[in-house]
Amino acid sequence: MTEPSASPRPIRVSVNGVDHERTVEPRLLLSDFLRHDLGLTGTHVGCEHGVCGACTVAFDDQPVRSCLMFAVQADGHRIGTIEGMADGETLHPLQMAFWELSGLQCGFCTPGFLITARDFLARNPDPSEQEVREALSGNLCRCTGYQSIVAAVLEAARRLRQAPLAGLGKS
Amino acid sequence: MNRFDYVRPATFAEAIAAASEPGAAYLAGGTNLLDLMKGGIVRPGRLVDVSRLPGLGAIEWLADGGVRIGALVRNSDLAHDSEFARRFPAVAEALLSGASAQLRNMATVGGNLLQRTRCAHFYDVAGACNKRAPGAGCEARGGEARNAAVLGWSEHCIATHPSDFCVALVALDAVVEIAGQGGEYQVPLEDFHRLPGETPGQESVLEPGELIIAVRLPAQAASFSRHARYLKIRDRTSFAFAVASAAAALRIEQGAIAAARIALGGVAPKPWRARLAERALIGVGPDRTHFDRAAEAALADARPSGDNAFKIELARRIVARALALAAAGTPARLPALPGSPFSPVAGVLHV
Repeated sequence: MTEPSASPRPIRVSVNGVDHERTVEPRLLLSDFLRHDLGLTGTHVGCEHGVCGACTVAFDDQPVRSCLMFAVQADGHRIGTIEGMADGETLHPLQMAFWELSGLQCGFCTPGFLITARDFLARNPDPSEQEVREALSGNLCRCTGYQSIVAAVLEAARRLRQAPLAGLGKS
Repeated sequence: MNRFDYVRPATFAEAIAAASEPGAAYLAGGTNLLDLMKGGIVRPGRLVDVSRLPGLGAIEWLADGGVRIGALVRNSDLAHDSEFARRFPAVAEALLSGASAQLRNMATVGGNLLQRTRCAHFYDVAGACNKRAPGAGCEARGGEARNAAVLGWSEHCIATHPSDFCVALVALDAVVEIAGQGGEYQVPLEDFHRLPGETPGQESVLEPGELIIAVRLPAQAASFSRHARYLKIRDRTSFAFAVASAAAALRIEQGAIAAARIALGGVAPKPWRARLAERALIGVGPDRTHFDRAAEAALADARPSGDNAFKIELARRIVARALALAAAGTPARLPALPGSPFSPVAGVLHV
C-alpha cells in the first residue's frame, strides 16, 4: 500500500485515445485536470456540484460529472471529451444535427449535452421524445428551452439509424 | 477544498486499517462526498479510495434464488442488468428515478446507503445543524419544512434520508454485509440506519473503519416481481429528490393479497418500512378501499415537523396509488419516466 500522502501523485489517463502522464495533487478535480493540465477547455465547468451537466465527460465510455471526480480516480481509465467527438474535420452526426437545428445558442452547455446524448443513442438508437427528455434531464440549458436540443437528438438518432458510425459512443 | 491524504489500499484489511484513523473517509464513486467536501460540510483528513478493491463489483446470483450485489456496483449497471430488473423491478425503477444518468454511472450501491441528507441547513455551514456539529442546534425546526421528515424525527433533527434505491431495498428485506476490524457481519437494511434521537450525527450502525461490502436481496423478494412499483413525487419530473415516495410490492393469489411489502421515502430520517400497513393487506382483495386503509396505517404515527403537514396526506395518497399501480401489474418495460406519476402507463389511477 502506498503511504498516505497529500503530496502530488503520478497518474496515467487516456484522453480521447491519447495517453497522458502527469503528477497531480489528490484534490485536483478531473474537470480542472482536463482544462488546466491538458488544455482541453471544451469541457465546461458550470455549477461545480454535479447539477448542471456542463462538465460531462465519458469515463470508460459512460457519461459522468468530471466536476465530481478527482483526477486520481481516473488513473488507468479512459476519458472521452468533446475534443474527441468529431472525426477530424467531419463533425459527429449529433454535432451536425445540433448545428443545423439550432440545438445551441451560447454553446456553454453543449459539450455536456453531446457527450450525454452520444452514450444515450448508443444504448437506445430509436428513442421516444420522452425518453430523450429523461436522458437529458441531468443537463441544464438556459438558452434554448430544450425544444431544439430534443429535436436535434431525435434527428441525429434518425440519421444514425440510417448510417451507423463505426465506434459510436466510444472514447 | 481542504487538502487530504489519499490512500489506495489493495486489500480489505489495508482499507479498514487506513479508514479506522480519526478523520478518515472512504471514497468510492464520490458523487456525494466531493460535493460535501467542496462546500466544507465534511473535511476528511484522509480519503481511502476503495474503488479498486477486488471482489466488490459483481452482481452474484445465489443458489437459493437471492442476489448479492457488490458494494461497488454502479447504480446504472444494476438498474440496467436485465435479470436484476426482471426479478426486482421496483428496485430498478427506484434506481432509475434517482439522480441523473451521469451520477448513476458513477454512484455505487454502498455509497447510496451512506449518502447524506439534502436538508438545506446541513449544507449551510454558517448556520446551526446538530447533524453536522453535534449540540449546535437545529435551524430546520420551525422553518420551511417541505423536504423534512414527518416520521421518525426528533427535536434535534428533522432531516430525511434522500435515497430512492434504499426505499425499494428495505421494502424487500435487503441485508447489508459489512467488514470491519472484528471481521464480517450482516445487518438488515431496516436496522442499518439509525433514527436521529439525540445524536443525529450517528446515521448508521457502522463503526469507524467499517466498510459495506455487499447488499443482498433474499429469494423471496423476487416473488413480488409481477406486482412491484416505485412511485415518487418530486418538484421536477426528473432529477430531483423525493418530497414523498413509496415502494409497493404485492403477491396476489386467487384474487387476494397473500403478501405485501411497503416502504416510504422522503418522509423519514431513514428508508421507512411500513409493516403495519403490510399486515392490513393480508388476505384482502387488491382494491382501493383496502389500499386506503393500508395507507392510513402507514402514516398513523406521522406528525408534522414544521409547515409540512401536507406531506402526511401526500404520503398516504402515494402509498395508496403505489399499491394500485403494483396491483395493476409490473409494466413489461419500465416507463420512460421511472417512478413518475406523469408516466403514461396503461391503468394508472389518479390520486
